[in-house]
Amino acid sequence: MKMTSGRRHIFCYKEGNRLKTTPLTPWHRQHKAKMMEFGGYDMPVEYTSIIQEHENVRNAVGMFDVSHMGEFMFQGSQTPHFLDHLVTNLPSTLQLGQAMYTPMCYPHGGTIDDLLIYRIEPDRFLMVVNAANREKDWEWITNQAKSFSHLELEDISDRTALIAVQGPLALNIIQSLTDIALNELTYYHAAFDVLVGGIKAHLSRTGYTGEDGFELYVSADKALELWEALYELGVQPAALGARDTLRLESRFPLYAHELTETISPLEAGLGMFVKFDGHEFVGRDALWAQKTNGLTRKIVGITLNGGIARPGYPLHDEENRVVGIVSSGSYSPTLKRPIALALVDLSHTKTGTPLKVMVRNRAVPATVVKTPFYRRSSS
Amino acid sequence: MNIPDDLKYTRDHEWINKDGKVGITDYAQESLGDVVFVELPQVGEQLKIGEAFGVVESVKSVSDLYSPVDGTVKAVNESLKETPELINQEPYNQGWIMQVDILNQSSDLLDAKGYRQQVEGE
Repeated sequence: MKMTSGRRHIFCYKEGNRLKTTPLTPWHRQHKAKMMEFGGYDMPVEYTSIIQEHENVRNAVGMFDVSHMGEFMFQGSQTPHFLDHLVTNLPSTLQLGQAMYTPMCYPHGGTIDDLLIYRIEPDRFLMVVNAANREKDWEWITNQAKSFSHLELEDISDRTALIAVQGPLALNIIQSLTDIALNELTYYHAAFDVLVGGIKAHLSRTGYTGEDGFELYVSADKALELWEALYELGVQPAALGARDTLRLESRFPLYAHELTETISPLEAGLGMFVKFDGHEFVGRDALWAQKTNGLTRKIVGITLNGGIARPGYPLHDEENRVVGIVSSGSYSPTLKRPIALALVDLSHTKTGTPLKVMVRNRAVPATVVKTPFYRRSSS
Repeated sequence: MNIPDDLKYTRDHEWINKDGKVGITDYAQESLGDVVFVELPQVGEQLKIGEAFGVVESVKSVSDLYSPVDGTVKAVNESLKETPELINQEPYNQGWIMQVDILNQSSDLLDAKGYRQQVEGE
């Protein structure tokens, strides 16, 4: 047996001397997590079972070390104006304590990264970026910032840890650790510099799993203390494997899969995060042309029978013409069947369209379906 | 780690027994994690030593399976189509993958002791 894709590291994993670590990497290793390289970091991919960790989050609660994510702090009176220029959404419209998801594009409309922006004070914002894109983003952003005055930027990634606590029981768990009334902290809002388990944290009601949950930004030297307090309360760790199946079921894009330097936010189905009204921003002209001329391709959900679609597998139509490519694919622990996202020619994106996924030269029947694949029942 | 004494092993983590039944080892299933799909060979298919005869997929990975023998596929474990997790639960029993009419065995097969040494070195 030899791995042809996926976790090659398992049979040849060597202690990486160039990989970066998080404050929790030693904990993951002590608890026998299987480790992999992700975004330049030595990260856990699973502790015992991806399916079990996935189900813990769907049905109870799980916690993720996502300290590899990058954090940039913006300050100064020009910050709201600058951010509106930098990204496709409108950060200047954020209320204090509110968070916003947004793509960031090149002038040609391709996506540099997708990220979160928090408004901490009127002129102070926190940006959270993908680990693999941190250096690229920082270079792009600091270059864009050159023509703006009254703007200070700081990369605080290395001193910031991030723990995500996700699942229907997350609210009760976090409430037992803080005096903040969490029922008043609504989705995509955050409380800054509050105490959680006696540790100063940015407490945010956000996540990447499709469940209710919180993300806690803490000082790197306090991450282990918070993680262990949560573990003492019975919160089981979950790793990147489950994070990927959870986000895929919820149809959240993953950079380098559904969003790339050649895939625009409109093609990825993120039009609601591109605000054209009264707003000049990098990539506006290219995206406006795409919107008015019509897209030629877009990301859709597919289900299939008799094989698992993996990133890069071609999609054929019934006449065996290539009409798309799989961007993400796995087994859905919730639906108990293979699911995938794929970039498909617009002519073949209607719900119900029959397609074939070429799995190792075998044509596996597939169907375009509505997404998300999973949506939690409202509580 | 369970490495039965009465089996032979490939360096690629397959096992084969005296009846020509083939599967993957406990170490392999543990490393893969939850097995969610198995691509089986066809009954009657001719196999050569070292040739890929099937695929095991876990949630995160795709792995080719290599034949430890020359021979003809006599039977495949149809129950893996509905319950691939048998490979995790019972890699040496209910989780067998195929049975082969053996023509020639690979000269490179390991006994339990040799396989254990290899795995402990990984």
